[in-house]
Amino acid sequence: MLKNRIIPCLDVKNGRVVKGINFVDLKDAGDPVEQAKIYSDGGADEICFLDITASNENRDTIFDVVKDTSKKCFVPLTVGGGVRSVEDINKLLNCGADKVSINTAAVQNAEVVVESSKKFGSQCIVVAIDAKKNDKMWEVFTHGGRNKTGIDAIEFANKMEASGAGELLVTSMDRDGTQVGYDIDLMSKISSKVNIPVIASGGVGNLDHLVDGIKLGNASAVLAASIFHYGKYSIKEAKEYLDSKGIPVRI
Amino acid sequence: MNITIVDYNSGNISSVINSFKEVGKNKYDIKISSESKIIKNSDKIVLPGQGSFKSCVEGLKKIDGLTESLNQFVLDQKKPLLGICVGMQMFADIGFEETKTKGLGWIPGKVSKIDNQKGEYKLPHIGWNEIKINNSGKIFKDIRDMSHMYFVHSYEFIPEDKSVVSSTTNYSTNIVSSVEKNNIFGTQFHPEKSDKTGLQIIENFINL
Repeated sequence: MLKNRIIPCLDVKNGRVVKGINFVDLKDAGDPVEQAKIYSDGGADEICFLDITASNENRDTIFDVVKDTSKKCFVPLTVGGGVRSVEDINKLLNCGADKVSINTAAVQNAEVVVESSKKFGSQCIVVAIDAKKNDKMWEVFTHGGRNKTGIDAIEFANKMEASGAGELLVTSMDRDGTQVGYDIDLMSKISSKVNIPVIASGGVGNLDHLVDGIKLGNASAVLAASIFHYGKYSIKEAKEYLDSKGIPVRI
Repeated sequence: MNITIVDYNSGNISSVINSFKEVGKNKYDIKISSESKIIKNSDKIVLPGQGSFKSCVEGLKKIDGLTESLNQFVLDQKKPLLGICVGMQMFADIGFEETKTKGLGWIPGKVSKIDNQKGEYKLPHIGWNEIKINNSGKIFKDIRDMSHMYFVHSYEFIPEDKSVVSSTTNYSTNIVSSVEKNNIFGTQFHPEKSDKTGLQIIENFINL
């Protein structure tokens, strides 16, 4: 039976983790490679890096991080943030990323998704959708949530599936950072409209939120950051909890 | 021992390289190549594959003499080869992804889309799933039955002779998750991304 995945996400800036794992035994609290290894040893089903490097000069730092991580972690590695072109995707894959997540570029030009999924296969193309609810719809935002687009997130999800995306990483901007749980409505609406797996993101504060994301939101995978970073829960605890609620996980 | 990972521009093979280097440490000579001479002189070959069946077959054909040297390695020299994902699917006679495409024909059978039962199952089949191991599988030495492996695919290999199937995985139907025929080994899942169990399978292949 296919298992639901738990994906810890690390924010990486200039090659260093911001808001990392708060463990006493860490040699270097800012080293993404070391933290990714702790997660994969702990049973994470995948690792996600989000590159939040602001300046172009420091963009290359993520390549070294990916290279080093892929030599030590033997679970899938997804990298997102600042991915603009097919060439960017190619570079990340060559460094050892297994999947690349595209956000702003996918909204601006769906051809990037079409072309890259043809060239590298749908399996490595994840489209990240940042959405915020308004009176009429869930609206897609770009540029790390700064720019509104007027695009309906559910229609956009359909378009991305048709363009060749292998998975959708759906983040509720209303919930992100609030720790009150995923936007279940948004997740379940998108999940029921597409035939590709949906990864739920944004808002996890406790383990029941992970359960809800899968049971009510119909997500194939759940992504979380802060609940794992500060040692509130380990990956193992999260999996055991999901298992106790009857959700199939890899233990 | 010389192990060659075939590079024929079919997507990203760095994870495969990293995993073999991790398992092999410095004990083995691991090369990345598509040159006939290197393939011929290898003890073992790894054939990765990402993207579509059609694009992978085309990728092989684009490199002069590659298909011939692989045929020679497998069919004449009878040395061990491990195909991963589409690398395994290409063992078939024929594939139906994008359009009807001829495969390598090493193991009679076809590659067709997984029956998703009218949308009940999501495709691609992405994530960790269990493999039901048939006792014959040599690469499954010391691997527990129903171990979890990482899968990413929408198409499945259906061999004519079921006796080559060394494990199956339940997703919509019982999908062939690995095959073994004499010196030919293939996995639909990605051992290079399947954590310690996956690395063990790689080690088993190296130690054959």
